[in-house]
Amino acid sequence: MSTQQNGPDGIDVGYVAHLARMVLTEEETSRFQSQLEDVVGYVKKINEVDLGDIEPTAHAVRIQNVFRDDAVCEGLDHDTVMANAPQVIQEQFQVPKIVE
Amino acid sequence: MAVAIENLTVTDALEKLNAGIFTSVELTQAVIDAIREKDPDLCAYLSVDTDQALARAAEADQERASGGQGRLLGVPLAVKDVLNVKGQPCTCASRLLRGYTSPYDATAIARLRAEGAVFLGRTNMDEFAMGSTTENSAFKQTRNPAALDYVPGGSSGGSAAAVAGGEALAALGTDTGGSIRQPASFCGCVGLKPTYGRISRYGLTAFASSLDQIGSMTRSVRDAALLLEVMSGHDRMDSTSVDVSVPAYSEKLRDDLQGVRLGLPKEYFIEGMDPAVEQAVRAAVARCRDLGAEVVDVSLPHTDYAIATYYIIATAEASANLARFDGVRYGTRAEGATDPIDMYGKTRAAGFGDEVKRRIILGTYVLSSGYYDAYYLSAQKMRTLIRADFEKAFEECDALLTPVAPTPAYRIGEKATDPLQMYLGDVFTVTANLAGICGISVPCGATSDGLPVGLQILGPAFGEESILGVGHAFEQSLHGDD
Repeated sequence: MSTQQNGPDGIDVGYVAHLARMVLTEEETSRFQSQLEDVVGYVKKINEVDLGDIEPTAHAVRIQNVFRDDAVCEGLDHDTVMANAPQVIQEQFQVPKIVE
Repeated sequence: MAVAIENLTVTDALEKLNAGIFTSVELTQAVIDAIREKDPDLCAYLSVDTDQALARAAEADQERASGGQGRLLGVPLAVKDVLNVKGQPCTCASRLLRGYTSPYDATAIARLRAEGAVFLGRTNMDEFAMGSTTENSAFKQTRNPAALDYVPGGSSGGSAAAVAGGEALAALGTDTGGSIRQPASFCGCVGLKPTYGRISRYGLTAFASSLDQIGSMTRSVRDAALLLEVMSGHDRMDSTSVDVSVPAYSEKLRDDLQGVRLGLPKEYFIEGMDPAVEQAVRAAVARCRDLGAEVVDVSLPHTDYAIATYYIIATAEASANLARFDGVRYGTRAEGATDPIDMYGKTRAAGFGDEVKRRIILGTYVLSSGYYDAYYLSAQKMRTLIRADFEKAFEECDALLTPVAPTPAYRIGEKATDPLQMYLGDVFTVTANLAGICGISVPCGATSDGLPVGLQILGPAFGEESILGVGHAFEQSLHGDD
């Protein structure tokens, strides 16, 4: 795991990969570092335009707060949901120990 | 009887099924035979569900015999491996989801199923729909049916190759930044990306939720209209699906373009474009003029910022959406983890391919503390300007005519090591997703090497009737020359 932080102008791939919960090899880290420096250098161009007062668009359709009735409806049954799980114990998802 | 499916459209197939010329079982078997013969070369499919498809086809034949009226009764369709079809795999072409079986139908699938469609197989794609060549599939390299050493485009490359290469009458795809239109252009079929919100995204494995849209790859504009009218409409399972009435698109197609105003955005005819692409698109524009359209020049001044805007927003949303692939509830979990954090890190490292990892890292970076304003917020503001460009342009015309991509298909491997160069090829398609409008790619010619070229027709939000009308008139006039 990298303990570095992103610099003022750059991306630190090792650090960000840790934030995203991906363990990279040294080879991947160095290859992605050079490829993503190119991409980050390119996408910076949006700041060539003065965007100060422009309203941001988060979504293609301007819909907010869609509510539905709080009604019980049919869902998937338990066995169907568990069928894709990698590890199951006592009909529950099994994971490594979380608390000591 | 042996059914010839090489150039068969869905509309033709329905006529012949209804006339009793062939049965759905015979048709479905013919598609299965074509896949067996051709797919060792094309590699368009990831899996084929022969037994379920033939059983469903037999049911469709019985329903037809007893007066069944489904609008797609007995028609076999291929589906991009990112849309859930109950009981079939949905791997998103990722090692992480190898072995996954869909527990439910996507809404678009359920609507097609309700009209009698038969779901035959799952088509290859770039992993999690991230890519422009289908080279990012974890499982195989789909080839372009027009030239086997060339990419089919992406990310819906398997669907495009299957339809253009004679292995499917029609297929579903998804389009986040051009993933339907660009492979349709590269392979030579019709590719429709509907307006954001036109078709429910429920059951589509999300890449970038504010940009993703389901659509079709077909052999005719009429078939695109037919599939659209079946799949469209509000769905309570996707609150971003819009409650706008669904016209009978397939009954409103045009044969001429009298009274239609078409815009040519000057920013889409740029230096560096492949001359054969430019020539084919300019010829298509002239043809539309001959069909009666008035052609006007328009400007979309923020086009130059579209790729930067798109790759910030799409990767930011992807980094959040793909957080769900943690090896807990589904997917392949890496072995030997000592604690949950270790399990996530190892599972994602082993399960994701390079391009998915790069995009998750870039998306995490642009959302991270200290960088959010400079990248993500700025991109959202630029998105406002790009939308406004289109709104203004559509005050002056009914639809826009543009190339789909600056180049035709290129050789497999040619751009695989330079992600930025690959991204720049999406310049003419990402804008429609950022603006939430609709677009269609219709074949309009070929290079001297025989590589197909598509014409992109862009319309305003919920303007599908307009782009399908233009596309149909154009397509019919080409057929008139045959």
